[in-house]
Amino acid sequence: MLAAADPNLIPSIFRPESVPAHAIHELSLFVLAVTAGIFVVVFGLIAYATFRFRRRPDDDGREPAQIYGSNPVEVAWTTVPLLIVVVLSLATARVIQQVQNAPKPASAVDVELVGHQWWWEIRYPKLGIVTANELHVPVSSPGRPMPTFLDLRSADVIHSFWVPRLAGKTDLVPNRRNHMWIEPQRTGLFIGQCAEYCGTQHAKMLLRVYVHTPEDFDRWVREQKAPAGVPPAVAPGRRVFEQTACVNCHALSGTIADGRFGPDLSHLMSRETLGAGALTNSAAGLKDWIRSPDRFKPGVLMPAMNLPESDLDQLVAYLATLK
Amino acid sequence: MNSTSPSATLTPAVESDSRPTVLEILHSWVVTVDHKKLGLMYISYGLLFFVVAGLEACLMRFQLAFPNNTLVSPQVFNQLFTLHGTTMVFLVGMPILFGFANYLVPLMIGARDLAFPRLNAFGFWLSAFGGILLYFSLIGGMGMTGAGSAPDVGWFAYSPLTAKAFSRGHSTDYWTLGILVGGFGSIATAANLVTTILCMRCRGMTLGRMPLLVWLNLVMCGMVLMVISPLTAAQIMLLLDRFLGSHFFDTQAGGSAVLWQHFFWIFGHPEVYVLILPGFAFASEIIPVFSRKAIFGYPVMVGATVAIAFVSFGVWAHHMFTVGMTSVGNTFFAISTMLVGVPTGIKIFNWIGTMWGGKIRLATPMLFCIAFLFQFLIAGLTGIMLAIVPFDWQLSDSYFVVAHFHFVLVGGLLFTIFGAIYYWFPKATGRLMSEGLGKWHFWLFVIGFHITFDTMHIPGLLGMPRRIYTYDAGRGWDLWNLICTVGVVFQGAGVLCFVANVLRSLVKGTPAGNDPWDAWTLEWATTSPPPEYNFAEAPVVRSRRPLWDLKHPSDPDWHYE
Repeated sequence: MLAAADPNLIPSIFRPESVPAHAIHELSLFVLAVTAGIFVVVFGLIAYATFRFRRRPDDDGREPAQIYGSNPVEVAWTTVPLLIVVVLSLATARVIQQVQNAPKPASAVDVELVGHQWWWEIRYPKLGIVTANELHVPVSSPGRPMPTFLDLRSADVIHSFWVPRLAGKTDLVPNRRNHMWIEPQRTGLFIGQCAEYCGTQHAKMLLRVYVHTPEDFDRWVREQKAPAGVPPAVAPGRRVFEQTACVNCHALSGTIADGRFGPDLSHLMSRETLGAGALTNSAAGLKDWIRSPDRFKPGVLMPAMNLPESDLDQLVAYLATLK
Repeated sequence: MNSTSPSATLTPAVESDSRPTVLEILHSWVVTVDHKKLGLMYISYGLLFFVVAGLEACLMRFQLAFPNNTLVSPQVFNQLFTLHGTTMVFLVGMPILFGFANYLVPLMIGARDLAFPRLNAFGFWLSAFGGILLYFSLIGGMGMTGAGSAPDVGWFAYSPLTAKAFSRGHSTDYWTLGILVGGFGSIATAANLVTTILCMRCRGMTLGRMPLLVWLNLVMCGMVLMVISPLTAAQIMLLLDRFLGSHFFDTQAGGSAVLWQHFFWIFGHPEVYVLILPGFAFASEIIPVFSRKAIFGYPVMVGATVAIAFVSFGVWAHHMFTVGMTSVGNTFFAISTMLVGVPTGIKIFNWIGTMWGGKIRLATPMLFCIAFLFQFLIAGLTGIMLAIVPFDWQLSDSYFVVAHFHFVLVGGLLFTIFGAIYYWFPKATGRLMSEGLGKWHFWLFVIGFHITFDTMHIPGLLGMPRRIYTYDAGRGWDLWNLICTVGVVFQGAGVLCFVANVLRSLVKGTPAGNDPWDAWTLEWATTSPPPEYNFAEAPVVRSRRPLWDLKHPSDPDWHYE
């Protein structure tokens, strides 16, 4: 299905491709090294004590010498951990500052991300683009820094934005605006998904981030801003769309549909997946999805519309033109 | 009051003149106010729910063994992890620990019962009722006329998922009420234990001579008194939201989702220490006896315990590093969290110091304690990683966290509980558990534990969030999830050995005598099982190890303490 056996699509935190993810990665390697050192020492002590001091078969049955404690030893094994805490605290504070309080350059791309049960609403306020579940951003380079700054909100319950190779996670909390940023340095597709339990279909709330060259990004923006034409052949499908309950939940520019409960459909076919990653987007997939969304995503809030087969065909023919 | 000893009903070998009928036995347990019977009831109740919650975990692991598996529906999966977490914390951990405290504290301080025996029974029955209420949701969650529905909001039930708008029916209400009622029971029992420890110690037992188990339970109960209150307050606010239209957490009407998190975690994080301190307590009794040495650094161990409790009240927001706190707030909670590691490390070092130079008997209780040391070390180190805020931004809510807290609560707490059961079973029943089956139990469980939970860190590092009922193939998570599930089989086999061992030993176990481990604390001075009055004569102690003094009159401890 969606998942190719492509190692690039494994969202490992150890393969960062974005500035904040790199900062976290470096810190995490340092912490892993420190904790590995502690592990080796203490593990060694436990193992040594267990084997060295186990009772031998030829034991004389006498109790060993009773030792009640030692203040110098206690001071030593209090001081050393305290010093380690100081070092780790300083390293942590530095990266917190670096990631959380980064200045926003004028060239940054602004995105508003709104979490819904169970999909992502993606808005580019300065560009006038609204889309869903697939975030498109430009690649950033030292010569041409173009980080993407995200404004995170929620329409219902708490969700969490997590694309491991691009950044750590930040929650989308209702009645609250959170902020974070990504600065990918390589083009390609990065997969993430909602990381805060948000109800029945928390598992199928995937997010795909496409990182383009600045030129490709500009082309994508132009395509998204272009109004969708309606070829005469699919006009009946458009009528079906406007006359059924689709319009209550979805928005589609140039039609009467302006609902906000479901994803904006203006450029539906420019997206690779349906149902926030539940299935591949194609005319056939779309038809199956509309017939029974629950089959792909049990508990999804979109109802099965129970359209007559002829209406369904016309509707899908229309929607398939929304490039 | 029925005056049969607690084991009379468990061991048919003990005969009395007129055999009581089943009904009489049942009645004697239901109306009992004896701390030993209530302790055993707490432990049995906890073990029963341990099996239930364990089966819930098995179902989840089987569902996740393969990508796109359809063994259970998403709704059922969400109910499973909610019930599993809630059950393990509130209906397994707390009851078993209170059970041990109930049973052991009066014996160890030379008292005849808790300070308030009736309050003790009240606390137990409230806790039991809370558990029944939670599971009654399976029948009554949608109202008696509708289908049953267990809560599916997760064990920390983040708002606004619990608001009426997102959680219809009554499953969340059963969850809330179950915890609320159980919380009252915990407060009653904790107050009872604190009073008992402070007021009912035998002659000569100063605070500085109390066994470490008693100290740790004193601190644990003090913490319970402080942390159950915010939990109770939060549950009442949630009930007000759901039934009376208030808007504490109802974000649709301007409430705050983050407020719930603060309330829950100011309970929830100290709760982790409430659970693990009794685990430390078991280790602090078992390791010295099986190393044949006095505990190393007793005053430091007490001080470290108090320090852990104190610091643990200032770390709660490390569960909230991703909700968008300020950089100053994040830094504060990172440092406070890492500081907990210092007294915890001191404890591990002191246990090693106790073993150092000893003559270690590798009997089953000690095996569990040594495994506990290894596993708690790892739990502590992954805990440090999670305290590093930026690292936590990656690890939070991933399978890495799931692996971490299972290392704490299974690798740490459950292992010490198993050790404690093997250690005190002979005291409570008069019979030893089988060492052979014990070793099988230990090795199967320790192997299964490591197959499952060592591996479980990896999908977290590869970006797998927790609480997802399925995942696509090709994300790099398939193999690791399958291995995790394989480990469950070993753990299950280990638990079966344990159950078989308990049942077999109740009937056929070798008679234990009063003091099978050659131990040093007061509970071993009385018979196994102890009479209802515990001690015919109130004991008098002069050191931390009264039985050591008795056994070594020429070289008693009070010369050195």
